[in-house]
Amino acid sequence: MKLHEHQGKDLLRKAGVPVPLGRVAFSVEEAEAAARAVIEESKVETVVVKAQIHAGGRGKGGGVKVVRGVAEARAAGEKILGMTLVTHQTGPEGKLVRRLLVEQGLDIAKELYASVVPDRERRRVVLMLSSEGGMEIEEVARRAPEKILSRAIDPAYGLRAFEARDLAYGLGLGDPATGKLARVLQALYRVFVAEDCSLVEVNPLVVLKNGDVLALDAKVLLDDNGAFRHKDREGLADPTEEDPAEAAARAAGFSYIRMHGDIGCMVNGAGLAMATMDILKHHGGEPANFLDVGGGASKEQVALAFKVILSDPAVKAIFINIFGGILKCDVLAEGVIAAVQEAGIKVPLVVRLEGTNVERGRQLLADSKLAIIVGRDMDDGARKAVALARGKGA
Amino acid sequence: MSILVDKRTKVVVQGITGGAGSFHARQMLAYGTQLVAGVTPGKGGTKFDDRVPIFDTVARAVADTGADTTCIFVPPAFCADAIAEAVAASVKLAVVITEGIPTLDMIAVRRLLDEKGVRMVGPNCPGLITPGECKVGIAPGYVHQPGRVGVISRSGTLTYEAVWQLSALGIGQSTCIGIGGDPVGGIDFVDALGLYEADPGTDAVVLIGEIGGAVEERAAAFIREHVKKPVAAFIAGVTAPPGKRMGHAGAIISGSSGKAADKIEALRAAGVAVTANPAEIGVTLRDALAGAGRKGR
Repeated sequence: MKLHEHQGKDLLRKAGVPVPLGRVAFSVEEAEAAARAVIEESKVETVVVKAQIHAGGRGKGGGVKVVRGVAEARAAGEKILGMTLVTHQTGPEGKLVRRLLVEQGLDIAKELYASVVPDRERRRVVLMLSSEGGMEIEEVARRAPEKILSRAIDPAYGLRAFEARDLAYGLGLGDPATGKLARVLQALYRVFVAEDCSLVEVNPLVVLKNGDVLALDAKVLLDDNGAFRHKDREGLADPTEEDPAEAAARAAGFSYIRMHGDIGCMVNGAGLAMATMDILKHHGGEPANFLDVGGGASKEQVALAFKVILSDPAVKAIFINIFGGILKCDVLAEGVIAAVQEAGIKVPLVVRLEGTNVERGRQLLADSKLAIIVGRDMDDGARKAVALARGKGA
Repeated sequence: MSILVDKRTKVVVQGITGGAGSFHARQMLAYGTQLVAGVTPGKGGTKFDDRVPIFDTVARAVADTGADTTCIFVPPAFCADAIAEAVAASVKLAVVITEGIPTLDMIAVRRLLDEKGVRMVGPNCPGLITPGECKVGIAPGYVHQPGRVGVISRSGTLTYEAVWQLSALGIGQSTCIGIGGDPVGGIDFVDALGLYEADPGTDAVVLIGEIGGAVEERAAAFIREHVKKPVAAFIAGVTAPPGKRMGHAGAIISGSSGKAADKIEALRAAGVAVTANPAEIGVTLRDALAGAGRKGR
């Protein structure tokens, strides 16, 4: 789950990471009031008005304005709220800006980079630190990998003070910034653990002229598997940032990603779901979606998944490719039959079933008298789906 | 011959009275697995299906039955604790089927496993099977055939697909392992390749990878140095949409893009027969075996 910058900063502030004074605003009036309050509290006329969307690169896209005074802040708010912001992370269609963060301006001496992220290879959470803040870390890794310092953290001890100091001294910032940076690094790891994150990235992490260290930006991703420990999380979700079909899928417990083709796919297991898209492409077709109904899907979830596929107007044929394990073929068949009977279906449906309870599943589909085209195996099913999507008989 | 499990393996199922646990315990019994015990706290002293004794703790189950391998179906919120309990009870192998365990929990568990020298398969995986001898997990038994090809995969259902193709060609399997797709888990490709290479009952290996991380690249490097047996592979996700940002940040550390194309190239460079068509995994292995035979390996 992705968080907005202002939500991420709330988590950081709670854990003791200094962040700029700021207020969130959902309207121009709120932006004006936020600017007035921030200026009064910070005693600084300069404020920054920042678009809040679930994507980076906002500054280059015109979503961040540095202004002086309340009137200019209001004007910036008018300009940014409601704009469709296009950045390298939003895709060409961009994202509509529905909320702003209004923050105090700061005297920045230096921009750093810090992130906390799990490392698959080392099987540890790793803290990365770099003197090259403000640019993409991928770019730094390509051009100057020696400028990225990292440390794998032992889960039994957390990031210990000396380890944080080791990293901080590596940047040669001098006093008092080094000590402050070390404490910020420890706090970033505490946030990662306390909130069950899958990423905490601060870019830039800034050093002010007085030596203070602040998180000027915050990108926080939460580990969805940790949701059961955080009952308060749902309030942080922003459904307007998600594709409605993808959000519905997530709520129902399966994963769906919209693609750009015309063959709807329903598969169990992420690997087989990817392989199913690969084989459609291999035979000259284009998948309309990735859909993994998951291991323990119920009849109702299968029916819901099927309706999500049908809701995509681009779909010209559907390929169901199931190899039952935990998901039993008869449960799958019942779900598909229920969905088709309820929602109707106007496109050809190719079904390939194998695995647990396969005979019962095939029998159910045959008895249902639905117009289902049988795929003998994955290859046969994929070829038939591709031919049908092109308007050719299988 | 086989790796990790065989007809002597004694299995305890943690979470045997739950929905998935009870269904698959019955399937394991039907397959012929020596399922000697179940564990559900509070139900100790009863029996599962009138034949398998249930214990309150793994320690008691191990002490009374000699179980050496656990198969875990415990819900995600309690699963890290269930694995730790099995480790404390000195099982040799933990097979974790549960999906949805927080990454931080698995990082802590992995540290414990490494410290105690206990092997784990999973989590979020189908388990493993030595055809005709022992099934630990949820793989559909009927698609497997005893034989001499090892199968290792990050995906569950795609493993069944590959095995089904092999069996249809009359190629049996020594041991098939689904290692699971979570970022942090137990046995990985390199561990399994080492075991297969050393196993006199395995002649060749099918490797099924997918996008993300760098385990396929590490497998390629290992194969080049240490594996003489032929290996066939498929990498899922050539058409997957570009990875999310987090994937990139994680990949920077390991020096890999996580892209399918890079993995395929690394494996091919190590002499692995990689197919682009997931329906041709079986045929690719058959041809790799035949080619190796001609070269007199």
